[in-house]
Amino acid sequence: MNRVVVTGLGCVTPIGSTISEFQDSLFSGRSGISAFEPYAEAPGPSQGLRFTRSGGIPSFDVSKHLPSGVAGATNRTAHFAIVAARQAAKQAALLEHHAPEDIAIILGCSTGGRSSEEEETAKLYTRDARVHPLTVTRTMASAGASHVSIDLGITGPVLNISTACASSTHAIGLAFQMVRGGIISAAVAGGHEAPLTFGFLRAWDSMRVVSPTQCRPFSADRDGMTLGEGAAMLVLESLDSALARNATIYAEVVGFGMSADAHHITQPAPEGAAAAIRKALADAALTLGTSAEALVPEVGYINAHGTGTQANDSIEAAAIHQVFNSRASEIPVSSTKALHGHSIGATGGIEALATVLSLHHGQLPATAGVTTVDPKVNLNVITGGAISATPSLALSNSLAFGGLNAVLALRRY
Amino acid sequence: MDKVQVRCTEIIAESKNLAPESISMDSTFDELEIDSLDKINISFEVEEAFDIVIPDDALGSLKTVGDVVRGVEGLLASKAVLGDPELAAEGTE
Repeated sequence: MNRVVVTGLGCVTPIGSTISEFQDSLFSGRSGISAFEPYAEAPGPSQGLRFTRSGGIPSFDVSKHLPSGVAGATNRTAHFAIVAARQAAKQAALLEHHAPEDIAIILGCSTGGRSSEEEETAKLYTRDARVHPLTVTRTMASAGASHVSIDLGITGPVLNISTACASSTHAIGLAFQMVRGGIISAAVAGGHEAPLTFGFLRAWDSMRVVSPTQCRPFSADRDGMTLGEGAAMLVLESLDSALARNATIYAEVVGFGMSADAHHITQPAPEGAAAAIRKALADAALTLGTSAEALVPEVGYINAHGTGTQANDSIEAAAIHQVFNSRASEIPVSSTKALHGHSIGATGGIEALATVLSLHHGQLPATAGVTTVDPKVNLNVITGGAISATPSLALSNSLAFGGLNAVLALRRY
Repeated sequence: MDKVQVRCTEIIAESKNLAPESISMDSTFDELEIDSLDKINISFEVEEAFDIVIPDDALGSLKTVGDVVRGVEGLLASKAVLGDPELAAEGTE
């Protein structure tokens, strides 16, 4: 059984499209959420949205990264994936040290090429216009993973995971298991999503879970989530291989837990999230040759799913209390979604990246926007500014609609 | 250079990230590295630009930029015969 470490990082996010910019924003609390431009697609004079802000990346210019033919054949979500994966692979010198057939690409993406689909469907349904011949390949959710493999020349297992808001956490977890099991020697794992389309925003608006003000997870006066877009990628490989080639190690992945609530398509259940946290700790205990109970005191940071909705944050807090009992109110917790927004299939990757950087730099990011921590959640929510701390273990939680839970256990190296 | 040639050249140049000056009537798809997916993409853009439909059998025989331009001109001429002279004239004058 291999120990698994993170040796490469890449991102395109609302708070930075290089790792140094991302971590500066993360630890200084610089939010990437801003008012979006009115959507030209709106059929009437009103946008019909109760909210005005999102975590978009308007500065992302695909022409700086891809020739127009490739860019035109692919959707924005794949553009993010290619750019973030290139960064991670380059930083890890991945292809200099691993054979292309021994590398996996496992990415999370939930909504696929949504903007391409909406554009073509609108033309078809309103004008009976012809549908662009690249619509199929622009919109399939696996296109991002395929384009990363084509771009980097990686020929091992390439998969897309679609589990809504937990997609990229599941992707990183499965990549971890494959490297640990020796099925592959390295992986590019993470996720990407470009969900900020007019139709998708209207769909979210109808659910009445998007904040009309500002996403502020765990705040007593929280009033919803804020959507975002982006990509984040990690390079995973065995500890032996990283040591043998003297690679920079950012953190160790020690455990992965998955569960399903089997409860409700939107309402989370604390037992499901608690089960995933327990499984991640049990898995980490297996890696480290100890017991899950012995690891409970070692957990010194939780990067929460923390969407900022009333339901998520209170249920997630209940799950943390179920697992950690008296320690639950001591462990520093933050949700970085208040900075980068909720980017659906990409968000778990962005948060795993934030957790890796927290362990590596000995700083834990604050939850932005909190006015007063909700006394009912009774958690040690980091507010105001980042704190210095060097926990040995950290968790990154992802709790998806439909009750699909994924939790990564990461260790300071 | 007539309007059809100019517009077809623009579409191919945009699709393949090439300078329009580097594309001539004699340029072959092989030289321009136009693969089957590029061909479908370019054909769609050409169809949209001229409001025509390129038949499947004609698509298969396109090998050069000149083939595309002549094909479009032929289709526009057929349209003119079928009673849309204004659009045909607009495309070829």
